Amino acid sequence: MTNKMVGVASLMGMVTALWAVFVYAPNEATMGVVQRIFYFHVSAGMMGYFAFFVVFVSGIAFLVNRDLKWDRVARCSAEIGVLFVTVNIAMGILWAKPIWGIWWTWDARLTLQLLLWILFISYLMLGAYIADPLKRASLQAVFGILAFIDVPINYMAIRWWRTQHPSPVIAGGTDSGLDPDMYIAFMITLAAFMLLYAYLLGHRLAVERTREDVEYFEQLVHSQ
Amino acid sequence: MTPLVSLILKDIAVEMRRRESVISMMMFGLLVTVIFNFAFEPSGAERDLLAPGILWVALTFAGVIGLNRSLAIDLDNDCLQGLLLAPVSRGSLYVGKVVSNFLFMIIAELVIVPLFIIFNDLRLGSELIWLILVVVLGTLGFAAVGTILSAISANTRMREVMLPVLQIPLTIPMIIAAVAATGLLLSEDSAGFGAWVNLIIGFDMIFLIVSYLVFEYVVEE
Repeated sequence: MTNKMVGVASLMGMVTALWAVFVYAPNEATMGVVQRIFYFHVSAGMMGYFAFFVVFVSGIAFLVNRDLKWDRVARCSAEIGVLFVTVNIAMGILWAKPIWGIWWTWDARLTLQLLLWILFISYLMLGAYIADPLKRASLQAVFGILAFIDVPINYMAIRWWRTQHPSPVIAGGTDSGLDPDMYIAFMITLAAFMLLYAYLLGHRLAVERTREDVEYFEQLVHSQ
Repeated sequence: MTPLVSLILKDIAVEMRRRESVISMMMFGLLVTVIFNFAFEPSGAERDLLAPGILWVALTFAGVIGLNRSLAIDLDNDCLQGLLLAPVSRGSLYVGKVVSNFLFMIIAELVIVPLFIIFNDLRLGSELIWLILVVVLGTLGFAAVGTILSAISANTRMREVMLPVLQIPLTIPMIIAAVAATGLLLSEDSAGFGAWVNLIIGFDMIFLIVSYLVFEYVVEE
């Protein structure tokens, strides 16, 4: 399956998700129509975590195999992860204003998400300031691993500190759970986001490969 | 003399001659304390609430200043190449650097913390021992993370900017725990102090072990 087909599938998924979120899913009892932001907010957050997990795993794979292919996957995935977490935080801010009455609060989950965002922007910045590709790949892989390990410790520290964000409704405690129709709408949205991630990653990798080829030929021309 | 000891002695000898990092850490930590005093003008009860935060901001920024040159020195005069050729494991290089960075930070803190207590008129009895414990454990975690990150940032074009950008977000769980533990010491009710100290110990252990394992990938040529 070519990446173009994944792109078309993700577009179709997004259109279906929009229908499921705005037409199919029922209105939430207390929050009303605002709650519909939930489907995109949570899906983007989940895919952000997944993208950073890919950074972590590809970082280890690079250090073990010394294959620059893994470094490329890690960097591209980090960029997409930052994008998804940005969407997640931006939608969270929009949702918080009408429901909590404030744009932002230094609650556990919000702080954690912001730190995750900052950590992986640092990761991208680090890559931009090292010239030698092999050196850059190792150093970024190491920082990616350290940053990912930091997340659960951060989670503990911040959770003891304070919590306002609602606990997870999916796979949460005993009285958690979604209305079955909402659950279906959420699953459709999540699937659409997965396809979007796959498409963006495939596309970004292709761009990166082209860039590396251009760089290679440029050096070839200059050396003559 | 084991290789590890000679590595540490080498760093101490360099620092004795240059007197760069310890002095700049002391000055910087002191300056942060002074600035915060103007910024907040804390008095009485407020002081106990603000003090833990001010102390850890001062120690964090002072630490970053000191760590900045830690590996850059070895890189600039090609000392690192010599160290890599020496028959010591990459892990020992890391441990040696952590010990010397930890030592320099502690020396600077021996000046910063007492002055901080005096300037803020903190009344500490037996809590002082626990405060020392929190500072020592926090400094160890800071040195554990900072040593590997200073090795990373020494390879970048913007060394002095890159280290805080990498170091501060990564040490936030440690800083939260240290501020909370210090705050509990200064308040009447110190319940939950042990849990925060355990978190700092956990942070120290995890980052010491992981950094020890991956340090060779950072220094390799």
